[in-house]
Amino acid sequence: MFRLTLPLAILLAICALAVVTARHQARKLFVELQAQERLGRELDTEWGRLQLEQSTWSMHARIEQIARSQLRMAVPERTSIQVVKASDVEARP
Amino acid sequence: MRRKGMLPRELQRWRMRVVMTLVFAGFGVLTARAAYLQGWQDDFLARQGELRIQRVLEIPAHRGMITDRRGEPLAISTPVESVWLNPAEAEASPAQIEALARRLGLAPRGLKSLFADKARSFVYLKRQLPPEAAAAALALGIKGVHATPEYRRYYPAGEVMGQVLGVTGVDDRGLEGLEFAYQDQLAGRPGAQRVARDRLGNVIEVIEQLRPPKHGEDLTLSINLQLQYLAYRELAAAVAEHKARAGALVVLDAHTGEVLAMVSVPSYNPNNRASMSRSGSRNRVVADVFEPGSTMKPFVVAAALESGTVTPETRIDTGPGWLMVGEKRIADVHPKGEIDIGEAIKVSSNVAAARIALDMKSADYWAVLRRAGFGTPPGAGFPGEAAGRLRHYETWRPIEKATMAYGHGLSASLLQLARAYCVFAGDGVLPGLTVMKRDAAVAGERVLSATTARTLRKMMEQVTQEGGTAPRARVMGYRVAGKTGTAHKADKGGYAADKYIASFVGLAPVSAPRLVAAVMIDEPSGDEYYGGQVAAPVFAKVMAGALRFMAIAPDAPLEDLPAPGTVVGEAT
Repeated sequence: MFRLTLPLAILLAICALAVVTARHQARKLFVELQAQERLGRELDTEWGRLQLEQSTWSMHARIEQIARSQLRMAVPERTSIQVVKASDVEARP
Repeated sequence: MRRKGMLPRELQRWRMRVVMTLVFAGFGVLTARAAYLQGWQDDFLARQGELRIQRVLEIPAHRGMITDRRGEPLAISTPVESVWLNPAEAEASPAQIEALARRLGLAPRGLKSLFADKARSFVYLKRQLPPEAAAAALALGIKGVHATPEYRRYYPAGEVMGQVLGVTGVDDRGLEGLEFAYQDQLAGRPGAQRVARDRLGNVIEVIEQLRPPKHGEDLTLSINLQLQYLAYRELAAAVAEHKARAGALVVLDAHTGEVLAMVSVPSYNPNNRASMSRSGSRNRVVADVFEPGSTMKPFVVAAALESGTVTPETRIDTGPGWLMVGEKRIADVHPKGEIDIGEAIKVSSNVAAARIALDMKSADYWAVLRRAGFGTPPGAGFPGEAAGRLRHYETWRPIEKATMAYGHGLSASLLQLARAYCVFAGDGVLPGLTVMKRDAAVAGERVLSATTARTLRKMMEQVTQEGGTAPRARVMGYRVAGKTGTAHKADKGGYAADKYIASFVGLAPVSAPRLVAAVMIDEPSGDEYYGGQVAAPVFAKVMAGALRFMAIAPDAPLEDLPAPGTVVGEAT
């Protein structure tokens, strides 16, 4: 009876310490999880902002204005358009 | 024998007993108390403990995104923070309150009174702040000031998509437009979790996840944003040029029944609620009905062809250019003499249309209009779709039957009109409309025989030729068919002499129709007011763009369009 007591007491102490460590680890991991979740939310915000920014930069009115004034682009003249029909292409060898 | 310094044995024993009794009594009381707390009061105490450290927190869910058919964002929710105050637990020095007022952009006096109102435990200080601004306010570390994450809706396309999308309220619920119609799909459902918090309010543990957050579904609309921009620009320019009160335009895919573009002018910017007005927030394409005028003529001709009272070769005598029906005089702008029914469409003769209607059974005419969707909401998925007015044929008087032939005495929305023209484009089949992207054509409802639809297409193509009412509707490289309308506006029990609704509804390419577009300009008050002058050029520009964006092959030789001569006038 008494011979068992000592090992059991030691085992109990080890278990108790393990519980404490596990608890501590859990808290630490949880803090980290929270930080990651916060980061996720921040990135989400950032993504939304970037999407809005992208759509502002790619406004059709703006692109058209840049294309016409800076890049000197224009709708092609009738003479420079050639229509290629799929049937014509297939007919040729 | 007594040892020195020691008490007599009797005395020792007595004292020992007293001390032991007291000690054991003490233990006994403690044990009883412990047993009482652990045994009888256990549940109560555990609950009280939980109440002090556990909280159920909401996990916010975001509203679904709305994109156009190519995935470009039209409505996005981005996280914002709402700053709120619990006056009951608030503690702040006057200097802190002033600093907070400055960071939130509030009046310090009002803020002080909020802090003083200790009876309340929740009051919003400022809603929907950018996260940085809310963080700056919280950084002051004032007790009782908190922030809650929320979402705010942004509309990158602004006024171009204004009335189609509608807006959401500050509580993220759709109030108008598609935001309202698709509230159930778009809305997310916030999740909930039970957490343990420490004395400072930090979350230290998630005890259980009560409900995972369900984010809203994304919607992919059938709208092509590129085309929508073009349509908005051209329509706004035309409304401004002709000093009109308003305008509306819709482009449909005749195969799939998809709405490709839908604009109303005036519009408003949904990102700036202050720019909203009653007239600006109306989606005129679906919610406004008007008497369509001559754009109805193809339907009377189609109904007559179907019932066999006329053939494409039938010639109609329009006499002196007017016709008496009962007491009323139906007139054309110019007398046209004897014309065939193709010519009647081309020059938009009221007399001929009235004659055709009067020679036909009312039931046959009514059935075609009814099948083409007049008098019933078009069902594209918008809230508040107008049904228009189409009275039952048994209540028609002869004069009403005659005026209906040229689009007076019945009303329709522009969307209904455009949808009805899909019958001509789709060889007699009326497609079911949708504003959601569809991948394949759907089976529609047959309204006319394919032969009749093709005949009408050929007749309507003449409208855009020289001598027709709408040569300005032509598009280089494509065959275009359509019909103009110049309807007098109904006004105080009669028709206003100088107020018009100019319209044009057309389809292209004629050889294999794919697109239908309808343009309506309300009260053009410049020199020009005919549908062929005001609405047809807008149609031509938008249709040219649409054909290009959809990569539809040209079906006419690429020739410069001859400068159109004078537009033939029409009375309705």
